[in-house]
Amino acid sequence: MTSAVKDEQAPELRGFREVQRLAYDCAEAVAARLTPGVTEREAARMQRDWLRERGVRDWFHLPFAWFGDRTAFAGFKVPLQFFPTNRKLEPGMPFILDMAPVHKGFTADIGYSGCLGLSPLHDKLLADLEVHRELILREVRERRSLREIYEDVERLMIKQGYVNRHRAYPFGVIAHKIDRVAEHRWSPHVFGFGTQSLKGLMSDALHGHRDGWSPLWSPYRFSDHPPQPGLWAVEPHLGFRGTGAKFEEILVVTDSRDPEQSAFWLDDDLPHVRRWAEERVAA
Amino acid sequence: MSLPGARERRVRTGGIELCVAELGDEGRPTIVLVHGYPDSKEVWTDVARQLADHWHVVLYDVRGHGRSTAPAPLRGGFTLEKLTDDFLAVANAVSPDRPVHLVGHDWGSVQSWEFVTVKRTEGRIASFTSMSGPSLDHFGHWIKQRMTRPTPRRVGQLLGQGAKSWYVYMLHTPVLPELAWRGPLGKQWPRILQRLEKVPAGDYPTPSLPDDAAHGAWLYRDNVRARLRRPRTDAYAHVPVQLITPTGDIFLSEKLYDQLELWAPQLVRRSLPGKHWVPRTRPDRIASWISEFVAANEAAREDGRPVQDTAPTGAYADRFGGQLVLVTGAAGGIGRATAFAFAEAGARVVAVDRDAEGAARTAEMARLIGSPAAWGEAVDVSDEQAMEKLAEKVATEYGIVDVLVNNAGIGLSGSFLETTSEDWKNVLDVNLWGVIHGCRIFGKQMAERGQGGHIVNTASAAAYQPSRALPAYSTSKAAVLMLSECLRAELADRSIGVSAICPGIVNTNITATTHFAGAGAAEEKRLQKRTSRLYGLRNYPPERVADAILKAVVRNQAVVPVTPEARGARFLSRFSPGALRGIARLKPPL
Repeated sequence: MTSAVKDEQAPELRGFREVQRLAYDCAEAVAARLTPGVTEREAARMQRDWLRERGVRDWFHLPFAWFGDRTAFAGFKVPLQFFPTNRKLEPGMPFILDMAPVHKGFTADIGYSGCLGLSPLHDKLLADLEVHRELILREVRERRSLREIYEDVERLMIKQGYVNRHRAYPFGVIAHKIDRVAEHRWSPHVFGFGTQSLKGLMSDALHGHRDGWSPLWSPYRFSDHPPQPGLWAVEPHLGFRGTGAKFEEILVVTDSRDPEQSAFWLDDDLPHVRRWAEERVAA
Repeated sequence: MSLPGARERRVRTGGIELCVAELGDEGRPTIVLVHGYPDSKEVWTDVARQLADHWHVVLYDVRGHGRSTAPAPLRGGFTLEKLTDDFLAVANAVSPDRPVHLVGHDWGSVQSWEFVTVKRTEGRIASFTSMSGPSLDHFGHWIKQRMTRPTPRRVGQLLGQGAKSWYVYMLHTPVLPELAWRGPLGKQWPRILQRLEKVPAGDYPTPSLPDDAAHGAWLYRDNVRARLRRPRTDAYAHVPVQLITPTGDIFLSEKLYDQLELWAPQLVRRSLPGKHWVPRTRPDRIASWISEFVAANEAAREDGRPVQDTAPTGAYADRFGGQLVLVTGAAGGIGRATAFAFAEAGARVVAVDRDAEGAARTAEMARLIGSPAAWGEAVDVSDEQAMEKLAEKVATEYGIVDVLVNNAGIGLSGSFLETTSEDWKNVLDVNLWGVIHGCRIFGKQMAERGQGGHIVNTASAAAYQPSRALPAYSTSKAAVLMLSECLRAELADRSIGVSAICPGIVNTNITATTHFAGAGAAEEKRLQKRTSRLYGLRNYPPERVADAILKAVVRNQAVVPVTPEARGARFLSRFSPGALRGIARLKPPL
């Protein structure tokens, strides 16, 4: 991966791009089927079934679904609260679908924010995520320390009037590394996370610990290093008084000297990016 | 009389003649105002005048009151059935084709509850705003429920309301009330109202008071016992109801309206600090709530939506809906969170900050979460002239501020000996003078309006916790705390509450902009970063301070320490100041 360049033909990247597209297709398909009364568990199950039908057998983590103020992780104290509950979707409620399927050995980790019905507030949150996507890419290209970038993102959120809700994730991460996963016939998961992916993450953590970097992009000292080449699933998450919104997608970091090639978003044809483009056209 | 520009007419019904006054454009939707006891339609003067700008306002003297004639004999002439006839006669005369919006105060509200719960008025009423007057039927059920299953709490509620209803028992005695009203009580009544109810002096009560009060005693005698003994079981409101509850009403307990949703399915609740005669003491607030509710109902009727769906739902929405709130330092931290909390409660928000962009952003987001209108204003609170200008602009364009939050503040750390006089000036200019200007300029407007209000000043736990690290900051905040206490004493007469908030260590931007006296630029940067990180670790969110501010306004609390450390320090400052002095000597771990 360290020598990957932004080349449409790079087979590895193509694999990741395909699974990321697949996951976003799943999110859009499931979001279209959400109606009042559907529970988080049902929404998570819909994602799982949709992806299983299309050949997904292993997961970085099982699909999550959050409705209402759970999109802003209101009152989350322990990680178990991330798991889908029996909360029912109501008109006007925001929702987030978050899934990380492994397909043909390639991993994706995506987050899709939506709202049942019209909500100007939710639209605003989604629109305000765009500058975060730009900020992260710019600063990664500048090879700033991950911890600094994290702080800059947080500062921007506060300036916008929001609360940083990715801090609620385990280790407060805004992103984590993902990689290829060996395909096994039996791939169990513990606490929603695939063991194969966890194994990969652990081995990265071990190597990183020796070389002074971490596969978790957090606000802590262990993230005080320049971006490590590889694939990062980046997930800035805004919260605003019971409404949350995020996107999550893969950022490719390489060791190229050319800034353009040193970091880029794996795919620019994703629902949230298209949405911003449409908004710009409409404006 | 005291209603200039009113068109008067007489409506004959059931052997009596009602005096009806009309204001405003007859083409607009009609609002009918019904007065209480012992009053006449003049109780509505101020409210009616404001409503007449937008609506067709109709007031009438209830039978036996003001310039309406009294039934003969009086006994049996004041039953709710007959009062309903009167209302229908007036409604048909002033608005034959369109249903009217009904507003009642005191006995006007009691009888209006009858109007909106009986079958024969269906289609004649579009909405009902109730003030200080429950339905006798609901009241009857309320008592029954508490008598049949008397838990300690219910018994307490019964006894509480029982004590507040003392005058009802008095009015049931024969002859004595009439004698009292026509004699000394009638003479003293205006002064009693001024002294106990803080009703401003003027052309109210009218000279007809002794007769109104003597006749009106039959309102009680004809209805209270009958309805409380056998309350109707079908007293469901068939129109949307807005219930305005004055929290300081000495005649009616707020508990009377528990479970009112069962009787009035489309209910919007409002509450305001004030005593029984809110149409006299809080006319602006009452008029704007009536106006809003009528407008919402007219709009809802057009798109066929239930009206309570459009009402804000945040905590304290009943209290702050439609009020004008001004917050300084609103571009971030506690100020911004406070602006948002008020916005969620449906208040109109003026966000003031030096940072124009941040203030505008706060206003924009406030509108998205329930504020009917919000504005960002770029003003430096330490600049007196700018504040004067702002006050003038706010007063002419948005109205008189109901709640003022003087929150803007800056940090200054470092030893006293290294703090320059320039540093002192900067911190005092914003932290103290900003508050003084705010209180003086906006407080004056509030006091002149004479309809109450609230001022919140953000002090700090440093106001009572001495510290070697924050001498200038602590001094400025201690001054704010004392200023708030003094102002509270002075403004209490005018029903303006003053609260000082002492947040403690809260995760806001203040640490990143704090000036460290005596530190070089690089060292200052490091210290700012370090304190920000420590405050981040403490991670007490400004939203919780905002909640404390709203609660302080609702409860009119004097001093509110917010975080546990602020509360602990407050406790120590009172019971063991020596311990605080010890803590003050510690060097902060920076």
